Amino acid sequence: MTATSTPAPPLPAPRPVRASKPVSTMLYRHRWMRLVGLLSLPLTWLVGLYIVSLALLLVTAFWYIDSFTSKVIPGFTLDNFILVFSEPAYINTSLRTLGIALAVTLLSALFAVPLGIFMAKLASPWVRAVLAVAITLPLWAGYLVKILAMRITFTEEGLFNWLMTPFGISGPGFSIPTVVLTLTYLWFPYMALPVYTAIRQIPVNLFDASADLGARGFTTIRTVVLPLLWPALIAGSVFTFSLSLGDYIVARFVGGANAQMIGSIIASNINLNPPVAAAFSVIPIAFVVIYLLVTRRTGALERM
Amino acid sequence: MLRLTRPAKVAFGVIVAIVLVFMYTPLFLVIINSFNVAPIANWPISGFTLDWWVRAFQNEALWAAVRNSVIVAAGAMVIALVLGTLAAFALQRYDFFGKSTVNLLIVLPIALPGVVTGVAFSNSFNNVLEPIGIQVGYFGMIIAHATFCIVMVFNNVFARLRRMNPSMQEASMDLGASLWQTFRLVTFPQFRTAFVAGGLLAFALSFDEIVVTIFTAPAGVDTLPLWMFNQMARPNEATQVNVIATVLILLSFIPVYVSQRLSRAEEDER
Repeated sequence: MTATSTPAPPLPAPRPVRASKPVSTMLYRHRWMRLVGLLSLPLTWLVGLYIVSLALLLVTAFWYIDSFTSKVIPGFTLDNFILVFSEPAYINTSLRTLGIALAVTLLSALFAVPLGIFMAKLASPWVRAVLAVAITLPLWAGYLVKILAMRITFTEEGLFNWLMTPFGISGPGFSIPTVVLTLTYLWFPYMALPVYTAIRQIPVNLFDASADLGARGFTTIRTVVLPLLWPALIAGSVFTFSLSLGDYIVARFVGGANAQMIGSIIASNINLNPPVAAAFSVIPIAFVVIYLLVTRRTGALERM
Repeated sequence: MLRLTRPAKVAFGVIVAIVLVFMYTPLFLVIINSFNVAPIANWPISGFTLDWWVRAFQNEALWAAVRNSVIVAAGAMVIALVLGTLAAFALQRYDFFGKSTVNLLIVLPIALPGVVTGVAFSNSFNNVLEPIGIQVGYFGMIIAHATFCIVMVFNNVFARLRRMNPSMQEASMDLGASLWQTFRLVTFPQFRTAFVAGGLLAFALSFDEIVVTIFTAPAGVDTLPLWMFNQMARPNEATQVNVIATVLILLSFIPVYVSQRLSRAEEDER
């Protein structure tokens, strides 16, 4: 009875709800904050250090050298580009480099496809595992180690010439074919592994269907396997092509006197004539960016 | 199954054999030549000696180069792990304007020729930062190496995140865990192997790098590849190089073994 008359004690004023984890809650509510938090460091690094450096280099391509003091003078001239695209020796070097990179890519693909087919479809599981390790192992053996290895193989007194002596043949020595072989040696696994993975992923019933429809082995390879391999071949070629295109160490060690590549010219000019070196570095950048854009349209890069 | 005639199978086998011979003969020649009496590589070798091995292990400059390489690779790896993981999360979890450009930006340092990257960095270090009083010195190398190592971590972590189930993290947050707790206890254990694999690749990539190093190493500092490069440039003295190359060939079994273990651990986790 008295209970009804007794006024209820006043409720405490509702306290504002405080999130127990303010930072987490705020980040959870604001998507853009999370994104900014994630991207700010990598983007600052890549743009602030790398892209700015590249831009500064490319700007130098429009500067010129004072012929008396041989100091770099900021300014605007297209002479460096004109020189790069008109000097016959430079044009030859660019074309040679392009040819070498294409040859390496072709040679790698030519060996990667049969190797992949053998590993994925013909080898027993045990042989397959051994081959997979055997192909990846040289990948770790070191860039200079492999160049040294090829140099020892093809040197004047080396194994290759020793093997060829009975036939009266002298090996390629240090020349452009040796450069192509060495670059193939370096980058072949980058082609072989995606190709092998792609062949493994082809459903078995496609092979059965092809055989049921009367196709023989090579017809199946040509009409079923190869069309499905394009993305892998393109992904592999990104590596074999662009890594070969920019290389100059191989040419230096196994190329002999006439195997200069684009990189050689950039490297030898960077101290003597930075504007020409900068103008020259536009060529591999253009090749690689165009190649990346073209391959991205094929969708091959997403599968890497 | 793929049906091939017997001669065709043999032909495939022969091609595989050629590839393997082509891959491994040069490496064996390096190993054998590290015991060669003759200071210039030849075949058959002139005689057996352990002299180069002894000299290489007593070579102070060589050990200094190894130390430098380890320091640079470790520094580059740590930076690449942080930046690569952050970028992988951003690009995997969010859609935003310019996403494909960011992707290209990460790939670019490895896709562009090393000589371009090296020349660009050395230009910035020597012609921009030095005049205003900033000496990058040793750190220049680490900065340059980290830049092209990011993609290694990024690729590995990104691929793993794509396969992960985001509802696990939502569950964790619903149960009251903070972002950091969720990351530490739920998310990170799920991509730990990819994180380690990416770090390992970044370390190896940096340890092996020569072209960018040529342009960014401060005067008088050698990394191991730089030391090898200088030795190889003087072919008549290139004897201890064979020893180091042999050691590196033997060491390459370690990452292959680790990656086998990692991929097995990955299969167990799934």
